[in-house]
Amino acid sequence: MCNTCGCNVTHGNAHLLAPGAKLSRTVSGHESVSVLRHLLHENDRTAAHNRAHFDRHGVLAVNLMSSPGAGKTALLEATIDVLGKDRSIAVIEGDLETENDAERIRRRGVHAVQITTGSACHLDAHMVHDALHQLDLDQFDIVFIENVGNLVCPAGFDLGQHHNVVLLSTTEGDDKPAKYPVMFRAADLVLLSKCDLLPVLDDFNPDTARRHLQELASPAPVLELSARSGSGVDAWLDWLAAAGNTLLERRDHPDATGTERQLHIP
Amino acid sequence: MHELSVCQALLDQVEGIAHDRNACEVTEINVRVGPLSGVEPELLQQAFRIACAGTLAEGARLNLSSMPIRVHCRTCGAETEAVPARLVCGECGDWRTRLVSGDDLLLTTVELSVAPAPADRKAAAH
Repeated sequence: MCNTCGCNVTHGNAHLLAPGAKLSRTVSGHESVSVLRHLLHENDRTAAHNRAHFDRHGVLAVNLMSSPGAGKTALLEATIDVLGKDRSIAVIEGDLETENDAERIRRRGVHAVQITTGSACHLDAHMVHDALHQLDLDQFDIVFIENVGNLVCPAGFDLGQHHNVVLLSTTEGDDKPAKYPVMFRAADLVLLSKCDLLPVLDDFNPDTARRHLQELASPAPVLELSARSGSGVDAWLDWLAAAGNTLLERRDHPDATGTERQLHIP
Repeated sequence: MHELSVCQALLDQVEGIAHDRNACEVTEINVRVGPLSGVEPELLQQAFRIACAGTLAEGARLNLSSMPIRVHCRTCGAETEAVPARLVCGECGDWRTRLVSGDDLLLTTVELSVAPAPADRKAAAH
């Protein structure tokens, strides 16, 4: 029992410590307040608001995370080339500086909103909320959020996405899941990108990456692909289609939420 | 370094609580930071020293406590301790575990100095 973490507050004495109650403050005007709330409570509230917004419009929201240069934008370009004919796509781009990535996406004829974070190393739910004001969600089926390239900070911030997709490129090393457990634990899907380079890399074994991911107790599927050669892109699109269908089914049959979720989360 | 953003969110909450209670000063803040929270306690402390300037929490003590990582095995039912990069069951080695603790990032308690209400001040004067 201590006064540090709040474990001294029980059902039996909580009423004495409530605001204005007998023991809520000392004679000298000292007051101890039990809070027990997540530090990013305000971010999580905005994220829930964003998610409700996506849900209401039946828009699938996917948060792409990876280290810088793992191929997030190239993946989006390859995805747009195939999926863009049947699905209406929008992209929210997060970078410290420049509109380069947004311009690459716009050249594919897809609407892109660039968030330049200045010195912030991650996107947060408020930045995405502001970006959503520039998008008419009725017009889109999928919104990709390309997070700031960074395997550390973005993992901590819920944006309101439905799924986190983490890219691990073959040039980075197959032990990245063990080195960045917080990021890879947050992944609903892991994409091993730049797999066309595997024949010339003798130090990246996809099975080793899978084993490290599994040791994080992660059930996330792992897909191998190359945006450049197009190999493996079909499996990624199948995964997206399944995620999109699940979202629409959940919206149309809200009572079945629990079972619907189990369908696509292995 | 996202610890500064986390710290600003923490200070926002703490100042809100202090204002609600008419506190004139925050003396102590207690936060639980798990090894899988993605926040480095040392960096959070450094960020706090910078971010608290000019707030009601300036000069407050930030106490950070940690909880060990514990996992519950869905296969054998054992609850064991684990390390960040290996969250498998310590008993049977199966990877199908559920995290019981270790990813906390929780504001637990705040200690405030509250200016006495006018009535109290009158009573103290007599």
